[in-house]
Amino acid sequence: MGGGTSSYREIEDTDLIVLWGSNARETHPIFFHHVLKGVHNGAKLFVIDPRRTSSAQWTEKWLGLHVGTDIALANAMAREILASGLENRSFIENATSGFDEFAQHVQRYTLEYAENICGVPSGLIRELAHAYARSDRAQICWTLGITEHHNAVDNVLALINLGLLTGHVGRYGSGLNPLRGQNNVQGGGDMGALPDRLPGFQHVENDELRTKFEKAWGVKIPPQRGWHLSGMFDAMERGELKALYVIGENPANSEADAHRTIKLLQGLDILVVQDMLMSKTAEMADVVFPAAAGWCETEGTVTNSERRVQRVRRALAPPAGVRDDIEVLCDLARGMGRDLGQPTSEEIWNELRSLSPVHAGMSYGRLEEMHGLQWPCYDQSHPGEQYLHGRLWARPVIGPLAPFSCVEQEPPVDTLDGEFPIRLTTGRRLDSYNTGVQTSRYASPLRHGETLDLSPEDGKKYGLEEGEIARVVSRRGSVVAPVRFDSGLRPGLAFMTLHFPDQVATNELTIDAVDPKSGTSEFKATAVRIEKAGITEPVPAAV
Amino acid sequence: MNVQNAPDPKIPVPRGPLPILPAQRPASMVEITMDGKSVSVPQGSTLLEAARSIGIDTPTLCFLQNLTPVNVCRLCVVEVEGSRALVPACSRQAEPGMVVQTHSERVRLSRRLVLEMLVSSVDISTAPQFQKYMRRFGARPERFGEAAPPAATDERDTAEPGHHHPPEAGAATVAQPVKIDNELYVRDYGKCILCYKCVEACGVDAQNTFAIAVAGRGFGARISTEYNTPLTDSACVYCGNCIGVCPTGALMFRREYEMRQAGTWDESRQTRTDTICPYCGVGCTLTVHVQEERIVKVTSPLDQEITQGHLCIKGRFGWEWVNQKK
Amino acid sequence: MDLHFTGATPAAEEKAAVDGVPLAAIGVRRRYLLPFLHAIQDRVGWISPGALNYVSRVLDVPPAEAFGVADFYGLFSTQQQPPAVAHVCDDIACKAKGADRLRAELQKAQGPEGSSKDGKSTWRRTPCLGLCERAPAALVRVAGERHSEQALAPASASDIRAALQGTQFTPPTLRASVPQMGQAGLTLLRRVGQVNPESLAEYRASGGSLALRRAFEMGPAAVVREMIESKLAGRGGAAFPCGQKWNSMLSAALPRYLICNADESEPGTFKDRVLMEGDPYALIESMIIAGFATGCEQGYLYIRGEYPLARRRLEHAIRECRTQFFLGNNILGSGTRFDIELHVGAGAYICGEETALMNSIEGKRGEPRNKPPLPTQVGLFGKPTIIQNVETLLNVLPIVTEGGKAFAAIGTEPSTGTKLFCLSGHVEKPGVYEVPFGATLRQLLDLAGGIAGSGKLQAVLIGGAAGAFLGPQDLDTPMTFEGTRAAGAALGSAVIMPFDDTVALREILIRIASFFRDESCGQCVPCRIGTVRQEEILQRLAAGKPLLSHATELVMLNEVGQAMRDASICGLGQTASSAIESALARFPVFPGEPSEANR
Repeated sequence: MGGGTSSYREIEDTDLIVLWGSNARETHPIFFHHVLKGVHNGAKLFVIDPRRTSSAQWTEKWLGLHVGTDIALANAMAREILASGLENRSFIENATSGFDEFAQHVQRYTLEYAENICGVPSGLIRELAHAYARSDRAQICWTLGITEHHNAVDNVLALINLGLLTGHVGRYGSGLNPLRGQNNVQGGGDMGALPDRLPGFQHVENDELRTKFEKAWGVKIPPQRGWHLSGMFDAMERGELKALYVIGENPANSEADAHRTIKLLQGLDILVVQDMLMSKTAEMADVVFPAAAGWCETEGTVTNSERRVQRVRRALAPPAGVRDDIEVLCDLARGMGRDLGQPTSEEIWNELRSLSPVHAGMSYGRLEEMHGLQWPCYDQSHPGEQYLHGRLWARPVIGPLAPFSCVEQEPPVDTLDGEFPIRLTTGRRLDSYNTGVQTSRYASPLRHGETLDLSPEDGKKYGLEEGEIARVVSRRGSVVAPVRFDSGLRPGLAFMTLHFPDQVATNELTIDAVDPKSGTSEFKATAVRIEKAGITEPVPAAV
Repeated sequence: MNVQNAPDPKIPVPRGPLPILPAQRPASMVEITMDGKSVSVPQGSTLLEAARSIGIDTPTLCFLQNLTPVNVCRLCVVEVEGSRALVPACSRQAEPGMVVQTHSERVRLSRRLVLEMLVSSVDISTAPQFQKYMRRFGARPERFGEAAPPAATDERDTAEPGHHHPPEAGAATVAQPVKIDNELYVRDYGKCILCYKCVEACGVDAQNTFAIAVAGRGFGARISTEYNTPLTDSACVYCGNCIGVCPTGALMFRREYEMRQAGTWDESRQTRTDTICPYCGVGCTLTVHVQEERIVKVTSPLDQEITQGHLCIKGRFGWEWVNQKK
Repeated sequence: MDLHFTGATPAAEEKAAVDGVPLAAIGVRRRYLLPFLHAIQDRVGWISPGALNYVSRVLDVPPAEAFGVADFYGLFSTQQQPPAVAHVCDDIACKAKGADRLRAELQKAQGPEGSSKDGKSTWRRTPCLGLCERAPAALVRVAGERHSEQALAPASASDIRAALQGTQFTPPTLRASVPQMGQAGLTLLRRVGQVNPESLAEYRASGGSLALRRAFEMGPAAVVREMIESKLAGRGGAAFPCGQKWNSMLSAALPRYLICNADESEPGTFKDRVLMEGDPYALIESMIIAGFATGCEQGYLYIRGEYPLARRRLEHAIRECRTQFFLGNNILGSGTRFDIELHVGAGAYICGEETALMNSIEGKRGEPRNKPPLPTQVGLFGKPTIIQNVETLLNVLPIVTEGGKAFAAIGTEPSTGTKLFCLSGHVEKPGVYEVPFGATLRQLLDLAGGIAGSGKLQAVLIGGAAGAFLGPQDLDTPMTFEGTRAAGAALGSAVIMPFDDTVALREILIRIASFFRDESCGQCVPCRIGTVRQEEILQRLAAGKPLLSHATELVMLNEVGQAMRDASICGLGQTASSAIESALARFPVFPGEPSEANR
């Protein structure tokens, strides 16, 4: 089961918080309220991020590593913890496997080695390692800074190693928490929107589990895993995938290497898009199903970053001709010869509960009454689990041992060289969201359109003034954007967002180097060069 | 990577033990006497909590459950035997043997005067709770006389502390022009009772942005950015949490303000529905206020563990597209 | 913190002023907010947006909060103003001594309050400057690289104008403030005017440091025992038993802090100023003993910003004591560690309230805190803190040298020791007087040469603006805690300010009401608005223009007063109506129906 192991309230009640590749201040503002409550309660905060973000400004302990060097940092922390005898021996012996090999594996990652690779002073790495290991309770929280890399899963495993090494998992106040970037990323996975899982994280290649679903649904389910998103595009390229049904996603703007993405979408036999708004992908579609806004025009559930299943409710009716996703899907099924009836969201949910043990105890009534419930919640008397993996502390451990993973540092695929010397990384700003389809419609006083954020030093180096239009060139494409200086950036590092694709198509620059395990692209590490654009007209700001 | 020892992902992880939460020491109980009745409350409870536990309706203005009590409005004062002055129920903790009167003559007089003082100096036209309190305590704010003329633009914002020049006639008020300097907020400080809630919500109690603070002194005290800088140049991040806690409508969403100006704001025709924010994965509960099939405002419930009533700019304002697609 | 700043940047001289403030390596940095603001105000005469941004950056304080602090204090200006400013007192003691005439002269010569003909100088009114014995008074501050501050008293319009141009006047000797100077039998005033206040050697030669050595011999517990035995009651106004306070510190968690409250701002009060100007080392010695006895290694001395001479003397004395092992890590070789940080107020009466004072040291607005918790539990920087005023602390010396029992033998049963009184207004020889507790009001007025002016006493203000008026029939009231209480007054800060029969008492009352309106911090409703309504009612009564009737106005006044007394957070609001109510109860200030005579 994949999900954050802790609850937000534990963040307020912990001794050490590591934000790793996360600018929660702007991307998860209300989670950051809990972080700050923790800090005000005395927790130490470490922020690991190439940029000195607004989150990082809340601590003296900012580890400004080079983009894509997280594994070197994590492995060096592990080595330092071991070298100082700060590992949690009894937890390791009781609950983990592969420790000896791991201990051997990280030997190479000395503090000095990591300093060289990461650009973080060895003293600071040591300080973090010691503080993390010595804290009674400690949390590592990460976001896309960890996962939008070609080796995303390895990055995550490197962090999990640290939790296992110190026993900072499966206990109140300690945990490993991916902060989900979208309101139902967690719920999508919970519900089986993963290539290898059925709802409730039940593996599609497990015959017994698959049979259970086949029986309930009265259909045969392909017994092997499917493609993840990037895999689908590769399949399009190979000509294996010819029809695509996109629900609530805007890959034409959001995928890396936009030129390739659009070409592949155009090459499909049929593209069906179901969306709330006419996105760029929808504009390319053969058929568009206008969909109600899930969060306010339909009934259902979403799951948040602390595994809490929460009810969304219909606050207003969708406009004429716009329909609930369930209606569209059932109609489509009917058209394809299968009558699913007219189920309500609650009826569908109850079917899910009958098939997914971890959701079994979450009736709509209980979700209402308890402001949502955290999975796993096995029956109607189960309170839901505030933190996961308590089983690792049982003696003997319940279920399988937690494995250490030997992962190696690998640089980003898009390497820097003389021609492309600047590392461009991407992220979000506080008032905007993804490709701006929704957020561009309200008048945010904070919004200043897309900019190329540079360190003042690089601005000087390239002879650029603030506000001047610069050209950003990568191995795949080029865009122009006004320059903005950000003293939180170090020389050699540039930052852009994906919020204003109509103004600046940042994804024409990014690389579609994909993590083979998760299918995520390396949005965080593009090699670019920066030139004066020779344009005097300002680029129009997005409205 | 090497994960040879990884468990088979095809096999479900078995059900583990329930999480063990830190032991909560059972609070010892404190016995007090309130209005002649014996009340037992957990140690650390405030007199307000004690009063509420036995159904005594204690009026409050500056108190809010999701903020640290600042006890400045003094409407909740009660009489504690042995204490020279009245004490604020919202923040005073119950101590063993305390004898408390919540509607003695002294208490009622102070509450009535607090109401009269506020209502005679502040525009309470968008704060309906005052009417109820005024009736209850028999407040007659008009007895302090006609209101003095309102301040000019920025007059109160540039006043220095120290000697004042009293107006020729009339009761001094905080009346002043409305501040509208951005698309999302309206600040009408003629309606401000200086309860400090917005400062707390912008500060350590929630947002930690500190765009506003109390400036000035005495009757010139006011909520302000540095040098009355427009919000658009200030630290404000438009989370709207100040508006969420404002008890008088001094801070208002621009949409609501404009509808009120146009006479189209009608709460009796509004529905409120709790749902979850469509943006990041934190899972903030939004209360969506809908009038005539259009979203007119978004708030968050105070009793919600994740938000405690607080949101960010996207959750608070990022719904415009739902109205626009109609 | 992820602070946000406007684009305003500091001028070089503003930056230099801030950078020139010496910083201690340890402790809460925000406590430098007021020192930094002082440095800027002293250099350029106001706190500009660029300078505020700079200070906020250096201290990591949100600029909106820093502005709220700067804008709270009367001696900081957040609007541009000329570098030379004369703060001219128009408070009650000065009013009795021609302040209104002085103001009229100044207005004629210099233009209206706040205006400036040359852009270089201006004047404005100020509440009591604590120079009442030499009224009328003014404080002239000239900003610049060599900024100057001088108190002028008695002040003339021509002297004020000269001072605004840069003329330096020699301050009068302390004899003008201490008519008893040199007399036998003085304890607290013993050295004032007799021993050089700028020489530790001379201080020690005059018996200074004997108490300290004795305290070191006795040990902390014994000192606290003597304090309990002495029955010394605090001289700041609340008359809390000091021994009890000290004793309660002994079980408090470490670190603990000691504060000397030298923010003497009660109108009519100037005794602490005289002590600090005349015997600064004695205050330091007292603080060391108090710190030693209560387990505090750090003391904070908070002096009001309107006392430039006292501040200079203390700065000098603290510097000298540090070099002479009279402060620091090993005082007089005893192994005792104690140091003093001097904090300067910035024009806020409310900061005399102990918790407001703590907030002010912490770099915050001087808003009082809610009590409980008491400072001895949660005080400065959240740590257990003992706070005493200057006069109280000086009493520690005789208690240690002579013993608590001997001290308790002086005065009356509940009011032990000697007491300083501030006589000003219509007395022949205004000044600070020291007498054993027990003297009557008549005796004290006689000591000061009797009633001046017309010679006919109308009323005496006791205890300051927060005190009460007594009349000629009350002259035999003993000026003790218990005696004043029995007379329906309170000793307060030991102000005795008689007014002759030519004074229009209603003007004094309106001035008192204005004072509280101006000095309310604004935090709580009863005080913030009550002080305004109180003044408005008095203005209407004085003008003979009651709203409904004279009687309804008095009912309102009474109710406003009661709500302020009952429901305000701190002593300011709780006492803001006491002098006014006492006067209305005793004197025909506004007779029942308005008549010609009262217009």
